[in-house]
Order: sequence, then structure tokens, then C-alpha cells
Amino acid sequence: MVERNLSSRPLSPHLQIYKPMLTMMMSIMHRITGIALYFGIILLVWWLSAASVSDGYFDFVQGFFGHWFGRLLLFGFTWALIHHALGGLRHLLWDTGRGYDLKVVEWLARANLAGSIALTFLLWIIGYGVMA
Amino acid sequence: MSPDKSGTRHFWQQRATAIANVPLVLFLLWFIVSHLGAARADVVASVQNPFNAILLVLSFMSILWHMRLGMEMVVEDYVQDARTLHGLLLLNKVFTAAVGVAALYAILRIFFGA
Repeated sequence: MVERNLSSRPLSPHLQIYKPMLTMMMSIMHRITGIALYFGIILLVWWLSAASVSDGYFDFVQGFFGHWFGRLLLFGFTWALIHHALGGLRHLLWDTGRGYDLKVVEWLARANLAGSIALTFLLWIIGYGVMA
Repeated sequence: MSPDKSGTRHFWQQRATAIANVPLVLFLLWFIVSHLGAARADVVASVQNPFNAILLVLSFMSILWHMRLGMEMVVEDYVQDARTLHGLLLLNKVFTAAVGVAALYAILRIFFGA
């Protein structure tokens, strides 16, 4: 592998060569949100485990998620989850062989970003409604 | 994709779990939001509902399987060194399995009366 790169043949241009585009950023965000969710699920298991342990420990965990830092973590987690889910739907559409027109691709990227932000805020508005 | 002819299965399982995750994640979001700031007794009562308990278990199964496949792709994309690659792939399996065991243990413990 390495020997091949030492030849004088030109290398294919890598990420830093390209001008950042929304579609490219959305592709990268899909992977980053996936990785974040990979570790973020620990929060959910922690919460469920606390409910299986004791009243005192559960109150402590609920208190953590009620704290501004806990809420910030949860806010990031919900946004990552919704962004990754919408991105996944986009990929499922592409898997059917549809949605490859450049205009459609661009629209999907925008809809993914705008939709994830809108739905996250909607979910949190509902959440604050539940707690009120 | 690893050269052991498992690529197609990997692809299909990634899609199958992705589709399953759509309704399951909606259920999870509903479950979490409806228990914001709730007392432990309310969460325990909800998990003891068989419908919720089964959906929770299914959610973790599908999500963790999807997570394992996704992280395999990430690791295989960026790690060239064979020893590191196989170490990380093993760690990925151990991590997702451990999360699954912890989740299942918590759910069953609540279900059978914590």
C-alpha cells in the first residue's frame, strides 16, 4: 500500500483540496452524529439502570439531566439522533435509486439540516410542556 | 469492506436495522419525553408494562446492532494497521454487547420488580 504512494504518479486529491459544500458537510455530519450516538446511548442506559437501582440514585440521575449541563448533553443527543435519522432516511431513498438529481441532492441536504434543527426544538418545546 | 465476502450481508443488515430504528426511535423519544422529571415509581410502572418492556428490548437490539455495523465501517475506513483494526473491531463488539447486557439487565430487573 505504502510503496504505491511513493511512486511519482499523482495522488487523488483528498478532503482539504475541495471547497466545503453543504452536501459534503452533511455526509460528514451523518458519520459524526453516528459516532456521537454510539457513545450517547450510555446516557439512556444510565438512566434506565438508575431506575432499576433505588429512588435515591434515580433522583440523582434525574437531577443530573435537569441541570443545565445535563440538558445541554441531552439537547446535543436529541439533535444528533434526529439529524442521523433524517440522514438515514435520505440514504434509504438513495438506496432505491432515486434522488440523485443535483437539485434534489442539494434540497435534501438543506432539508436534513433545517428539519433536524426544527424537530429538535419542537421536541424540546413538547418536553418543557410535559414538565410544566 | 472486509474481504471475507460478508459485505452484502453487512449492507442489508445496516438497512434493515435502519428501517426498524425509525419507529423504535420514535417510541424511545416518546418514552423519554413522557418521563422527563418523573419520579422513579412512574418509570418503573411504565417499564413493567409488557408492551413498553418488549419495545425497549427490541429498540436496544436493533439500535445496538446498527451501531456495531456502523462503527465497523468507520474503523475499516480509517484504520490500516491489521492488528489495530482487528483489536478495534473486537472492542466494538465488546462495547455494543456490554451496553446491550447492561440495558437488558436494567429492563429485566425493573420488569421483575426492582
